[in-house]
Amino acid sequence: MYSEKVMDHFMKPRNVGEIPDADGVGTVGNPVCGDLMTMYIKVKDDKLEDVKFKTFGCGAAIATSSMTTEMAKGKTIEEAMKITRADVAKNLGGLPPIKMHCSNLAADALHEAIKDYQKKQKEPKK
Amino acid sequence: MLLRKVYMDYGAGMPLDPRVLETMKPYFFETFGNPSSSHSFGNRAKEALAASREKVAQLVAAEKPREIIFTSGGTESNNLALKGAAFRNQKKGNHIITTAIEHMSVINICKYLQKEGYDVTFVPVNKQGVVEIEKLKEAITEKTILISVMYANGEIGTIQPIQEIGNLAKENNLLFHVDAVAAAGKVPINVKEKNIDLLSLSSNDMYGPKGVGALYIKQGTKILPVIQGGGQENGIRSGTENIPGIVGMGKAAELAQTEMKSVGKRLTALRDKLIKGVLSKIAYSFLNGHPTQRLPGNANLRFSYIEGESLILGLDMYGIQVSSGSACTSKTLEPSHVLTAIGLPHEEAHGSLVFTMGKQNTEEDVNYILDVLPDVVKRLRALSPLTPKEILR
Repeated sequence: MYSEKVMDHFMKPRNVGEIPDADGVGTVGNPVCGDLMTMYIKVKDDKLEDVKFKTFGCGAAIATSSMTTEMAKGKTIEEAMKITRADVAKNLGGLPPIKMHCSNLAADALHEAIKDYQKKQKEPKK
Repeated sequence: MLLRKVYMDYGAGMPLDPRVLETMKPYFFETFGNPSSSHSFGNRAKEALAASREKVAQLVAAEKPREIIFTSGGTESNNLALKGAAFRNQKKGNHIITTAIEHMSVINICKYLQKEGYDVTFVPVNKQGVVEIEKLKEAITEKTILISVMYANGEIGTIQPIQEIGNLAKENNLLFHVDAVAAAGKVPINVKEKNIDLLSLSSNDMYGPKGVGALYIKQGTKILPVIQGGGQENGIRSGTENIPGIVGMGKAAELAQTEMKSVGKRLTALRDKLIKGVLSKIAYSFLNGHPTQRLPGNANLRFSYIEGESLILGLDMYGIQVSSGSACTSKTLEPSHVLTAIGLPHEEAHGSLVFTMGKQNTEEDVNYILDVLPDVVKRLRALSPLTPKEILR
């Protein structure tokens, strides 16, 4: 059902964990529906220096989270905001149609983390 | 990595018993006659049909072989029983009582009947998945014609108090249908003793071929056919009989009956070993269903903070094949209706695994699962944002 790439990211997920002093955090999904993702980003010179995730969900949810962090790492904020669910799915060698919403969630979580960072930037520094 | 292969999804699909295949073989090329024909070829098919009917009748302790009607499987048997009884008794009433944890075929047939103007009450079950007699009693009205309750639930393994329900149906002069697809061949069934009027069976749930089933119809119980045609099966189920399949089902029923005790005892021990092992080795793991009143070989376990499909995939990498009640393994993206009916919140239902053991499973299989599963659970919990830090360590 899943591509080799999906299984690889499921078995050996990249960038798992939390960033305690993250510059931005984004959480999407709902455990009631079977998936919940949190993305953490560390930003330096407008670039995503580090991206980490934690995911509760199916194999596709875990693989898309992992792939999204890999794709986002090193990118500028602007580039990372342009990552779409279709990009994530494509890089994973495709996803079954019923699992497409998982790739949506992963990209959304990343975008939420970036928005959180941008919001914090606008707030006056303490 | 050399992988051990452990198949524990017998509830989803069973292999054919090789002895069943041997019995079926002659009916493809040598004895291929139509039992409706008058010549000797037809007669031999007719004899085979009668012998199989007798074997299936014996499995459920039916009084007469003619009370067994062959169908294309459990789903058709349920359709014939429910629609046949509902349509035949239209003048008597339009109310049907069933439970919230029935197989999807029964649930969807009932929903269809609702659209046709029937009233259906889906009686709830308790936390262990047992139907409470009082709730059934309360649901009975003047319009009630039929009670339909499964013998045992294939997913959580819970065996229902069929005797009490049968008595209740009899006292109230109601028809009693039992979907015994998940239970037949695994636990003894006595239709007479339990006051059962209609009972659905499936061949491939007892190591027989797929595409064959049967409906027990107690003598004197009147139902309308769902499939019209040449009048085979006493006019109740038309269509040329699937002789090789029926012969296979007969043999499967015979084997199930002779081996039920020994297989049941062995699988009950394996089941209990697996349940005990998992609950003691893995924190925040729980048993779904009833601890003792359950099918031999069925263990439904849930693991907090993680999701079932990723558990299946994680175990598959180790050669272990099981099922889950999680939404992510279903076409609807809804968690199993059985798990929600026993009161599990959705996030807990998502983390359930169904182990259904069969004749080929061994103690080594259980040991292997007990070796591998804790690590798979641990790995997924480490990924999950829901896992409390103190249990990760």
